[in-house]
Amino acid sequence: MRAYLSFFRMRLINGLQYRTAAYAGIFTQFFWGFMEIQLYGAFYRENPDNFPMALPHLVSYIWLRQALLRLLDTWTMEQEMLDMILSGNVAYELCRPTSLYGMWFARHAAQRLSATALRCWPILLVAALLPDPWGLRLPPSLGAAGAAALSLTLSLGVVTAYTLIVYFSCFFTLSAEGTRAVLMPLIGLMSGELIPLPFMPDGLSRVLSCLPFAAITNAPLRIYSGDLAGTAAAQTLLLQAFWLAALVLLGRWMQGRGMRRLCVQGG
Amino acid sequence: MRLYLHFFAMHLKSRMAYRKSFFFSLVGQFLSAFAAVASIWFLFARFESVRGYTLSECMLCTGVVLMSFSLAECFFRGFDRFSRVVREAQFDRILLRPRGVIFQLICQEIDFARLGKLLQGALMLAYGISVSPVSWTPARIALLAAMVLSGTLVFASLFLLYAALCFFTLEGLEFMNVFTDGAREFGAYPLDVYGAALLKFCTFVIPYALFQYYPLTYLLGRTDNPLCALAPLAAPLFALPCYAVWRIGARRYQSAGS
Repeated sequence: MRAYLSFFRMRLINGLQYRTAAYAGIFTQFFWGFMEIQLYGAFYRENPDNFPMALPHLVSYIWLRQALLRLLDTWTMEQEMLDMILSGNVAYELCRPTSLYGMWFARHAAQRLSATALRCWPILLVAALLPDPWGLRLPPSLGAAGAAALSLTLSLGVVTAYTLIVYFSCFFTLSAEGTRAVLMPLIGLMSGELIPLPFMPDGLSRVLSCLPFAAITNAPLRIYSGDLAGTAAAQTLLLQAFWLAALVLLGRWMQGRGMRRLCVQGG
Repeated sequence: MRLYLHFFAMHLKSRMAYRKSFFFSLVGQFLSAFAAVASIWFLFARFESVRGYTLSECMLCTGVVLMSFSLAECFFRGFDRFSRVVREAQFDRILLRPRGVIFQLICQEIDFARLGKLLQGALMLAYGISVSPVSWTPARIALLAAMVLSGTLVFASLFLLYAALCFFTLEGLEFMNVFTDGAREFGAYPLDVYGAALLKFCTFVIPYALFQYYPLTYLLGRTDNPLCALAPLAAPLFALPCYAVWRIGARRYQSAGS
């Protein structure tokens, strides 16, 4: 376990180096969130009765999504790791006395965390200071805050496990680009990144919220604002835990299969 | 022009060497535009209208913006990599060749994956035209074409500005994406949706509204003001300051010396 923690730390420190890119990213994400809230606001004024979430819940959802974009987005891939698989350098990683899956899991999770740790604070701070319907608000209760923290941790696990599955698919397809190009927009839609799931037609949103992708963005952000509370929140947390376990198992299985093929290719 | 076609064929051949990956990225581009349109569709399915615009009116607007953005992107996005060209002093090589600098940069990166978007843009525009309540006359068709062309010019100017700024900063400024990708994303809705302050910004600072909002209101019969119909003619003026920044930057350019 200690070995994985130090991989995690190494990557975290490495990621904290790139500050300028982070500042540009903050501006972009803030502006994006602002525009999107304006847009939903216009829809709200037009037809407040059809609004599927309370307006403050939605606003918190968008601000949090912008602040935590790098933590939860489903398109971040590390070229370095893909190259390792493609060039056969993954063999070096296999020489290490730790499990490849555990090591990469720690590494990728740290990468996401460090990118977010740099970027989220200014957005959270400014969003929290905005006047009432347009600002980020604290969760309604301590319980909700705790549940949101737990859910966010599970989300990080799910999105990391998902990313590793895409990496390992490289063992079979030898190029992540295609897989990524096709998956990215669909998963973005299904995880609640593009629009919050409740804004979709009811049947579709009910189906999507059971899929693993909803465990990434949809779950923690809605639990935070109290949009999902009580039993609904508990169910969502359980579902997240289930998908985390399932995706980790699937990833490990793919890694095992991939390793066997890798030997055939000779590395 | 013949030279451009030559470059075009060259890039196409090199892309076709990796046919599968090309195909997948084409599908991917297509899907991502589809996802964006789907989310607009979902929102309208729930709310029916926004600021009095119906889905069909909005789709016309989406089509115009998407089409002009993908046209600009298909031909001018090569400027995106310009920070590298400056930093590695490849710009020296470009300066030495007996052709226009901007022309060479346009030739350098022709990205066919964006043909997917172009197709999507064309389809979107066709769809927008077919569902829109406008009764099409030759004059209105000409106005629509002017909107698309002037939009292409505005986006192309933004790409040029982005590259010009690299002369000063030596690295790409990610925040410029707000004005290109962001405008495509949010320009899918008529701009007055976002409030009066933003509309002013989009009229006087970066003239998105001149090719989108004003002519659109005229097309949809919300106003009779002929100025609104002439607005797309004014938008290309935006190219002038962008080109000026480019010229200043290019004159200031000192090779990176590597």
